[in-house]
Amino acid sequence: MLFYLFGAIAVAASLLVIAQPNPVYSVLLLIASFGALSGLYVLLDAPFVAAIQIIIYAGAIMVLFLFVVMLLHATKEEPEGVPAEAGSPLVLPARGAVRLGAWLAVALGIEFVWALASARESGDFAGGSVSSVSALGRLLFTEYAFAFEVTSILILVAMVGAVVLARREDPPDAGGAATEEGAR
Amino acid sequence: MTPRFIAQIGLTLFVFVMLLNAAAVMVYFERKLAALLQQRLGPYRVGPKGLLQPIADIIKLMFKEELRPAAADRWLFALAPILSATAAFTAFAVVPFGAATTLFGLLDEPMLLQVADVNVAVLVLFAVTSMGVYGIVLAGWSSNSKYSLIGGLRSSAQMISYELSYALALASVLVLANSLSLTEIVNGQAGAWLGVVPRWHLFLQPVGFLIFMIAGVAETNRAPFDFPEAEQELVAGYHTEYSSMSFAMFFLAEYINMVTVSAVAADLFLGGWHGPFLPESLGWIWFLVKVGAILFFYVWMRWTLPRYRYDQLMSFGWKVLLPVAVVNLLVTAAGVLYFGL
Amino acid sequence: MTAMAPLEHYLILSAILFAIGAAGIFVRRNLITMLLAVEIMLNAVNLTFVAFGRALGAADGQIIVFFVMTVAAAEAAVGLAIVIALFRHRESLHPEAFTTLRG
Repeated sequence: MLFYLFGAIAVAASLLVIAQPNPVYSVLLLIASFGALSGLYVLLDAPFVAAIQIIIYAGAIMVLFLFVVMLLHATKEEPEGVPAEAGSPLVLPARGAVRLGAWLAVALGIEFVWALASARESGDFAGGSVSSVSALGRLLFTEYAFAFEVTSILILVAMVGAVVLARREDPPDAGGAATEEGAR
Repeated sequence: MTPRFIAQIGLTLFVFVMLLNAAAVMVYFERKLAALLQQRLGPYRVGPKGLLQPIADIIKLMFKEELRPAAADRWLFALAPILSATAAFTAFAVVPFGAATTLFGLLDEPMLLQVADVNVAVLVLFAVTSMGVYGIVLAGWSSNSKYSLIGGLRSSAQMISYELSYALALASVLVLANSLSLTEIVNGQAGAWLGVVPRWHLFLQPVGFLIFMIAGVAETNRAPFDFPEAEQELVAGYHTEYSSMSFAMFFLAEYINMVTVSAVAADLFLGGWHGPFLPESLGWIWFLVKVGAILFFYVWMRWTLPRYRYDQLMSFGWKVLLPVAVVNLLVTAAGVLYFGL
Repeated sequence: MTAMAPLEHYLILSAILFAIGAAGIFVRRNLITMLLAVEIMLNAVNLTFVAFGRALGAADGQIIVFFVMTVAAAEAAVGLAIVIALFRHRESLHPEAFTTLRG
């Protein structure tokens, strides 16, 4: 079924995002994962969320990440304690605390999955779906109007903050254009 | 395998083939029109009046050697033109180009001349346009050459900047039309006021149309906003290192993006397939006429206007076009509230 | 395509993605990739919201996802600006290079 296909793509892409060393590939694999998630949203009768997932996440945030990776030329990374072999496909954590953290995260995941799998009631999608954009818009501007306005102020603050933080100290140059776009 | 299913598959193939043809026609059209504007002849030897010139171009591109710089990233270098071309074709999947038709009575109920009838068509269009940026960014990066990298970054920064004004102009039309589905937006433009002036959104939203077209030209990296790929400035920008079919894919992607922007503008602002004197089922003829008119303006602009410098282009997009688009949206919303349009 | 997978499967998928993101923060020692892992976690949470919203027949799930995405965009912008500023200072993207405040 489509759910398992999209789910498999999302999990495989996310695993590769953190497992392989090249940051440019990581960004592209994350875009693939977002595409699979967008498909899952369509399966959940949420076409609006699917579309804005592609527009905002895959289309804007990831472009920002890609720009930063390219501008900082962060192409290769040496994993701790393990000499970077040419063409090594995986990254392995070597140091103690870092390794413990990674294992804890895996343990967390296993615990979640076990808890969910042994849940008693059957999760049926009995409730109807609200997929019309106008209904969403109505909710957004009535019940969630305050959050909406606060979010717009948040974005303004983030935009100003990003421009100020990433600005060079010396006279204006072409780098300013890239950081202006980074503030979207 | 109902007749409807076969018809849908046929429609998909038809749209695909027509887009390829459209790109070929655009190649000829651009060269001929450029020649006329510059008072020379243009292609006239290959076939009658040079009409087979695109075929000669395609054959030449197919037989060229496919090169790849040694230090280029192999997978990304191959992936970039594919991404560009795929995004360009996919965007046209939600654009309707004719009224619902029963194909001369073969189908039980009318089928829309649109590959995918989604009721969030406008959002899908915008989403696919955002994905088109990646082809350019990856082409610039993977070529591992300074001209390509600068061209790629500049070009993609330009595209994402003008996407904002594009979206705001789109939003103004949405306020008027009350729906995200392109088919409904077009059908809302049927009929005429006083029997003479067609009910196009162009007359309700002249500023919006202007913003949309300017942003569309900037999105497709065409003159006068084609600084990142201008020959005199950056060799050929992000597609410097590409040759043969990969270059053809970028070329194809650029022309099909032009066709898509024109088709969307025709649907949103010019009433799509509605027009006088012809029955609904022949509406696609009007659609072709409108798209052709917009494409004519595209080519005319390229060979008439001088090119914007990159910083002028960016400052125009952020400091002039974006505020105008926002004000346009506000005025439209206020107008709809007070006049109940 | 009308038969939907049961709700638990969506939640399990979301849990797996969240664990991958959390492990990613520890495994990767590169500031940008750590931010990518944070994005994976945020997406896992978005999936949970939409799945529950659909199961309960409410549109609130989608609205909250809208806000989460907006906040994630703001956070990514500021986070990357900080990474750029840090990189200009130390020429390194390794978190261990910025331990001046460590006691």
